[in-house]
Amino acid sequence: MATLGPAHLPAEASVSSGVSTAPVTKLAPRHSALVRMTHWITTLCFFALLVTGIEIVISHPRFYWGETGTVLTSPWFQLPIPSSRRLVPTGYGYVLPDQNGWSRALHFEAAWIAVLTGLLYVISGLLTRHFRKDLVPRKTDLSWRVLLTSFAKPFRFERPSAAEASSYNGLQRLAYLFVIFVLFPLVIWSGLAMSLGFASAFPWSVTLLGGRQSARTIHFFVSLALALFLSVHVLMVCLAGFWSRTGAMITGRTGTRKELT
Amino acid sequence: MINLSRRKLIVSGLAATAGASGLAVAARLAQKYGLVPPDHGGIYGLGETLTYASQRLLTRHSLAREFPRNRISPRPFPNELGPLTEDFKRLQAGGFADWRLSIDGMVHQPASFSIADLKNCPSRSHITELACEEGWSYIAEWIGVPLSHVLHLVGVHPQARYVVYVSMEPDTWDSIDMADALHPQTFLCYGMNGNDLPVPHGGPLRMRLPRQVGYKNKKFITQLTVTDNLKSFGKGLGCVDAEYGYAWYAGI
Repeated sequence: MATLGPAHLPAEASVSSGVSTAPVTKLAPRHSALVRMTHWITTLCFFALLVTGIEIVISHPRFYWGETGTVLTSPWFQLPIPSSRRLVPTGYGYVLPDQNGWSRALHFEAAWIAVLTGLLYVISGLLTRHFRKDLVPRKTDLSWRVLLTSFAKPFRFERPSAAEASSYNGLQRLAYLFVIFVLFPLVIWSGLAMSLGFASAFPWSVTLLGGRQSARTIHFFVSLALALFLSVHVLMVCLAGFWSRTGAMITGRTGTRKELT
Repeated sequence: MINLSRRKLIVSGLAATAGASGLAVAARLAQKYGLVPPDHGGIYGLGETLTYASQRLLTRHSLAREFPRNRISPRPFPNELGPLTEDFKRLQAGGFADWRLSIDGMVHQPASFSIADLKNCPSRSHITELACEEGWSYIAEWIGVPLSHVLHLVGVHPQARYVVYVSMEPDTWDSIDMADALHPQTFLCYGMNGNDLPVPHGGPLRMRLPRQVGYKNKKFITQLTVTDNLKSFGKGLGCVDAEYGYAWYAGI
């Protein structure tokens, strides 16, 4: 318990100091306006990218490693789904309608908006010290005991403590940093590597990933990891209280204010 | 709750005006420097324009990746073809001796070439990857005459901006800008892996652009038209695929 106590202290202290220094009407927002705006733009883009990505994969649900791969070569693995192309052997007796035209157009447009939004978020996050303040784990977060406790909490359907309504625990901090600085850059890189024009100017972007088909396979797996993150993220929001957490991401205010008054 | 001061109102009004006029100037400049694709309209126009403009600014002269001979795919995959027309079958029966490629539009000397004429031009080859928008790809050696050479022979007007190419397949035509038309790896391709280009791969003559995906590499080319404006071709979107929702610029 000695390790748990200090881990929660600073957060609780900051909540109470926030209340004491500022009158009830002037609580600092849970999320800054820029974080809230970029969060929802990214949400929209992510759904567009996910749906259109699935449509594009359906036209060739086979994955290869290396530079090349066609229906005449054996795949590394094949998704057990029907295809929108007649020449892909799937074992299903039917062919799905081709949706690649608008899917590709929307995929790339949403990617543009997501990347520009992401840039705005990262640059402002560095300038406002958002990453250092809110996302880099505190010293006390980085013990296995503390991380495991945070990990086990949702499995016991335990609602997060009041302190966690205004700040993230160590596990959340690590997860968000991993998504922002590892998964997103990797999905953008592997996506760009599949652009023939981009690859002509930056050939190392493909070779470093192991070839064009490797880039496509990596793009698929990283997208899968992002979709998994999204599911857990939404699940945690539901567990913590869907309306209060979603409300905080829309208006910036938490339920704390109401509870206080 | 809403607490807009006069200063805030003025500042945001000025910012909005500056932003709008900035966008207008950017649009004018982009049009002038050929950064706006023909299919820039509609809800996906923003994405198409951002992609095409940044590719033209970053990759205008870059070369597609080339591979050593030992990386040529043993079994190149020809994608699905529509049924061949009677006209095509007649030409095929004659060994394509009567195949003609005609060039017209903004050129000094409209001309017509047989496959033999094209083979008499300086022959070039590159070992590059053909990548389909569906996701698959293979590597082959592509043999042909650079499109720039043929354009040079007929003499292109200085105001030309696009080359439209028409296939013998029904309702199949496409176009590229001059950056791609004059690119050294853009071929009128008549050979593959040391042999004549097989019919399933677009023989006797295919457009080969290794910096754009498969569907821009149209098969069975019979006609080129050099132009400064794509509005009069089809629905004015630059290619028939754009009428079905596929992007005109496909270097992505």
